[in-house]
Amino acid sequence: MPENKDATTAAAAAPAGPEARVRITSVSAAGAATVAGSATAALGLTWVLYERVLPFSGVLGFWLSWYAIFLLFYGLMAALQWDRLEATSRVSAVAFGTGGALALAIVVAIVAYTLLKGSTAVRHLSFLTTSMAKSGPLLPLSVGGCLGGMVGTLEQIGLATAFSLPLGLAAALFLAEVGGPLARPVRTIVEAMTALPDLVAGLFIYVLFILSLGFFKSGLMAALAVSVTMMPIITRASEVVIRLVPGTLREASYALGGSQWRTVWNVILPTARSGLATATVLAMARGIGETAAVLFTAGFTKTLNFNPLSGPQINLPLFVWNYVHNEGDIPADYARGFGGAFVLVVLVLALFTTARLIGGAAPGEPTRRQRRRLRAEAARA
Amino acid sequence: MSVALTPGPSSAPPEQDVPRTVVSRASASDQVFRGILRSAGIAVLVITAMILVFLVLQSMPAFRAEGFRFFTTSTLNYGTNQFGVAALLPDSVLIALIALAIAIPAGLAAAIYISEYAPLRLRRPLIAVIDLLAAIPSIAFALWGLIFLMPEIIGTDSWLARHLSFIPIFHFRLTFSPSNFVGSSFIAGVVVSMMVIPIITSLSRQVFSQAPQGEREAAYALGSTRWGMVKTVVLPFGQAGVIGASMLGLGRALGETIAVSFILTPPTDVFNYHMIEGGGNSITAEIANNLLEFSPKGDSFLLAAALTLFVMTLLINSFASIVINRSRSGAATEAD
Repeated sequence: MPENKDATTAAAAAPAGPEARVRITSVSAAGAATVAGSATAALGLTWVLYERVLPFSGVLGFWLSWYAIFLLFYGLMAALQWDRLEATSRVSAVAFGTGGALALAIVVAIVAYTLLKGSTAVRHLSFLTTSMAKSGPLLPLSVGGCLGGMVGTLEQIGLATAFSLPLGLAAALFLAEVGGPLARPVRTIVEAMTALPDLVAGLFIYVLFILSLGFFKSGLMAALAVSVTMMPIITRASEVVIRLVPGTLREASYALGGSQWRTVWNVILPTARSGLATATVLAMARGIGETAAVLFTAGFTKTLNFNPLSGPQINLPLFVWNYVHNEGDIPADYARGFGGAFVLVVLVLALFTTARLIGGAAPGEPTRRQRRRLRAEAARA
Repeated sequence: MSVALTPGPSSAPPEQDVPRTVVSRASASDQVFRGILRSAGIAVLVITAMILVFLVLQSMPAFRAEGFRFFTTSTLNYGTNQFGVAALLPDSVLIALIALAIAIPAGLAAAIYISEYAPLRLRRPLIAVIDLLAAIPSIAFALWGLIFLMPEIIGTDSWLARHLSFIPIFHFRLTFSPSNFVGSSFIAGVVVSMMVIPIITSLSRQVFSQAPQGEREAAYALGSTRWGMVKTVVLPFGQAGVIGASMLGLGRALGETIAVSFILTPPTDVFNYHMIEGGGNSITAEIANNLLEFSPKGDSFLLAAALTLFVMTLLINSFASIVINRSRSGAATEAD
């Protein structure tokens, strides 16, 4: 009986086939047109008011005014079309969306501006192949470059990773695999240290090694300072990844008689490999741009120093700092500073892309390369 | 995860099956392994303690000379060795508060958008954008702020000074020439806010995305709009996480060095809260610019200021981390 009745009522209610699924995230033409219309209208009004009628200036103020007028217009147009509930919901959606758009805009603005301004210096090939040894503030951009900084940055980030990766990974394994009453304070301190002022990390190495133990400023000291800031980042990200390894894999290893050491080495670390690699490369991207930490530890030199163990060794952030901050308003030096920032930003982008390529897969999921290999093996078989 | 099994009850009658008592002791290699891991965990605590100890040792001369006046003196004179952290700390806090006033609304909006509104296809790229924002070197922000933003923001500054000067923080006592707006705490705060946004966004996004699915669907089932759902389910659930994320952002903003020392120009007089007037200072900028420049006593004072900053950020961040961990349900017990 109920079957029959349901069939008849369904047929009566929806004669044109199955019930349409309610989509709560659909983008309707009216909604999109309202957003676009208010954005354009606000742009026009802002331009007239800001540039022609009122005595305002500055790009920042322009876009702030545009945003305020845009939200006002959008709210008005939403109130005209929809009821109060839906209008509120749509206005809030647009307001949140601009938060995401703002983050994107900041990234694009900073990267694009650095690349644009830096290209004046990087256009001279010698900027990438010579150091500043034979150059000076009054010489043109074609003389001297940031090679010394590039060498220093690469050597120091290598050393810093060599110091911080084993320690950071071991601390993460301690938090995730050993645990105990000590784990809680360690986790709290690690999280607090991720936001530790970089300047303090640099001052710590300066006070401990240079003031107290009598070392001299060198690439090694800078690497130590950077590793202090990198270690908590690696620990925190690795712990999250290690926790994602399924508990059943651990238990399977224990059931086969594996010791904890064997389980970690043969099961947990290989399973979490791509995530750990991502965590490490992201920490390297953070460490490579450290400026405050190396301010008092690396030392400044114009010459090319390949040896991180002795003598001051400049790196890219310090190169930028030195030529923009310390030496007056000399256009060539500003251009050199931006050139150094260009190379630095390119390095960070390269590391970041690497991290995205090797990682992203959940633990145990094959990476893109592994999947390709598996497919190739399957085709061969 | 633990291998040891609990021993069965010994008082059980003999005819019943009794679980065998299994005592599994960690092998020697396992004990060594655990020892190594544990010492790595302890190393984190030791490094933090060493930072404290060595900064205290080096700042003793300043504390001994100034005593409690170190915290109250609001002048900074390297020639006569008169200095106190009160000359720097209020401005550091002011810049951090300006940064938070911008970064909290913007960061939260981005977090809510990514976790609740963004189409699935956009979600991962947007998370990557936030991660990239966190990875951009602070020196790039500093250059951008100094060369690009500073000239562009002066128009806004002068508008605020002209029309909102009845609000004390926007009060402007100098003549209206562009050079009087340069290097103010306000500009530094705006640039620092961009570095705080990724911290607030990524942490609060994680908390928001853990809001229970059942409650979300219940809100929709009761006829709620998406905004209604966010307001009644996601935001209350993520409240503690948002507070923790904002505090972590405060710690980051207090410690930001490079952008602040690029942008601020040394002030003409002692601290004032008139934030759009040119000139300002902060603990980090003062250290970056003046350490190793004056007397050993001045250096000792600057290291004492660094110690103040370190203790403050460590307390703020630890508290924030505890708040966040409380709000994350079961993160600590997941692996057991």
